[in-house]
Amino acid sequence: MIRFLLKGILRDKQRSLLPVVIVIIGVMLTVFLFCWLNGILNDSIELNARFNAGHVKIMTAAYAKNVDQIPNDLALINVDTLLIKLKKEFPEMKWCQRIHFGGLIDAPDSKGETRAQGPAMGFGIDLFSGDHSEIERFNLEKSLRRGRLPVHSGEILMSEEFSGKLKVNPGDTVTLIGSTMNGSMAMYNYIVSGTIVFGTGPMDHGSVIADIEDVRKALDMDNAAGEIVGYLADNYYDEKKIGQVVASFNRLFPASNDEYSPVIITLRQQNDLGKMMDQIKGLGAFAVFIFVLSMSLVLWNAGLLGGLRRYPEFGIRLAIGEDYSHIYKTMIYESVLIGLIGSFIGTSIGLLGSLYLQHHGLDLSSMLKNATILMPAVFHTRITTAAFFIGFIPGLLSTVIGTMLSGIGIYKRKTAYLFKELEA
Amino acid sequence: MRKIVIPMFMLCVSLNAQNPSAKEIIEKVDKNMSADSRVFTSKMIIHNPRNIRTLESRSWSSGEKKSYTEYLSPPREQGTKMLKLADQLWIFSPETDRIIQISGHMLRQSVMGSDLSYEDMMEDPHLLNHYTGKIDGKEIISDRDCWVITLTANTPDVAYQTQKVWVDKDRYIPLRKELYAKSGVLLKRMELSDVKQIQGRWYPEKILFKDVLKEGDGTEFQMMEIEFNTKIPEYIFSKASLKK
Repeated sequence: MIRFLLKGILRDKQRSLLPVVIVIIGVMLTVFLFCWLNGILNDSIELNARFNAGHVKIMTAAYAKNVDQIPNDLALINVDTLLIKLKKEFPEMKWCQRIHFGGLIDAPDSKGETRAQGPAMGFGIDLFSGDHSEIERFNLEKSLRRGRLPVHSGEILMSEEFSGKLKVNPGDTVTLIGSTMNGSMAMYNYIVSGTIVFGTGPMDHGSVIADIEDVRKALDMDNAAGEIVGYLADNYYDEKKIGQVVASFNRLFPASNDEYSPVIITLRQQNDLGKMMDQIKGLGAFAVFIFVLSMSLVLWNAGLLGGLRRYPEFGIRLAIGEDYSHIYKTMIYESVLIGLIGSFIGTSIGLLGSLYLQHHGLDLSSMLKNATILMPAVFHTRITTAAFFIGFIPGLLSTVIGTMLSGIGIYKRKTAYLFKELEA
Repeated sequence: MRKIVIPMFMLCVSLNAQNPSAKEIIEKVDKNMSADSRVFTSKMIIHNPRNIRTLESRSWSSGEKKSYTEYLSPPREQGTKMLKLADQLWIFSPETDRIIQISGHMLRQSVMGSDLSYEDMMEDPHLLNHYTGKIDGKEIISDRDCWVITLTANTPDVAYQTQKVWVDKDRYIPLRKELYAKSGVLLKRMELSDVKQIQGRWYPEKILFKDVLKEGDGTEFQMMEIEFNTKIPEYIFSKASLKK
């Protein structure tokens, strides 16, 4: 019977074209929306993980309480010993030490007097050890606009926008004015080796990056680091694996009253990222639900129109002895076939569009100029396994539900009046 | 009648001598604590929650407006110089060969992570010029009888709107101070000790500063050597001297 129905659908374009087109459009939009939301979530998480949160972050308990203030006086000390222990106990993780700091960057004139000054957000990361993972994580080579990456001690990278504000070029000397780990005023000269564009508002406004050993010298933080960030080896945030790492860490470093003891927090627990992840997931589910609902209404309407158009056909079929339920069943089978065809084509088109944006992205930097949270400026879609199936939910459900609702009218037809109806 | 009035008058004069007014007490405190000029070498022992740091410096000050300090140790701070003229301060860092100017509320920030602000460290204000006093009572501090005096600022440019001072009755030296903000919030406590006779005046050689808004056990400020009212060459208080 399915082959018979399929032939009917393919041969009678008037019966199938409009519903299939509607399903295709609906499913395509559903798949694209799903991939778009996934992409935003993934980009935001990845950006936060790379620049700030890691998959896990280790700090002192006191630092963790005031992490927004970047309290380097509460930083981890004896970091080399701690890193050796972490590398031994968690070989599945990549660990990196970082110093996040704030301060003023002061650009002098030819007499050494202040010419321009601006607040800076600084990162001390591993640039010189030969391990390129931090350079890759911060995407420094591709982000470079002018000059080169630091290769000598005393060199610093500045965001292109910040260097423009201070009218500083590669090769110029600037002074970092900040606070040492002991609370003294820190003044340290750096030579600007190059400028970079991160592609995210808050980072581009006033960021500087230097090798962690240089930052240690500047801030008097010998063998200390504000944070140790950890990444799973495959660079993909897996909550289950991270949960195991956290549990093992807590066994290794049990909670104590010492406010300088190390504590671990996950990506989810930082910067409201967990809340954001849940909200985007919830929003995705809600969007799909609303879409199914609205598609069902549209297809119900389409089914009703189709029902009206096929009114005489059903009458003849009833008149020649086909029973109500058989007609109703064939209509539902037809709708399943239409739903499947539409969903398949819609999913394919939706995935093709998503694939394009997954590789090329959509640059929304002009809209995010004044953003104060760490958000990517170029948004990408992300195709997951679920994207191959998600479109079939509205595609099939709404078509079938719409047909089921519109098909109820068949049962209201009375056989005794059919010929009168047909004559009319 | 004369037999009664004269002894009564004598008694009043004698009682008044024993209970000087707040203004008289502050005047005598100023005579001990302040000078036209001072040159001193001092040591700051900063008791941070995680470590103890010691810094040595030599300072020159003239009146209330001019002050100059050079750090002698530790090596990281050695050669750092600070010049304060009125409400502006310049800091020279030998490592960067740069002079940075700070002013305004920055002067109330901590010096070298200690419990002292730049104003605490570099100013030598005459209390009588900036505060009006009121005697609140008497207390014993470190086995010594003290007057408890509340000082309220009568000029707007002071770091602390109110001070509560415990003044040694015999030596006219504050043995304890509490420094309050305009809002009434306690900002700092000071315990002054090792009071010695130096060049004809009583002077505390040790002051423990405790910034109550900061963690740690406070900062000991030890006077290792001090000279009062000596002639200081004017070039000391110039920006040129910072890079010398």
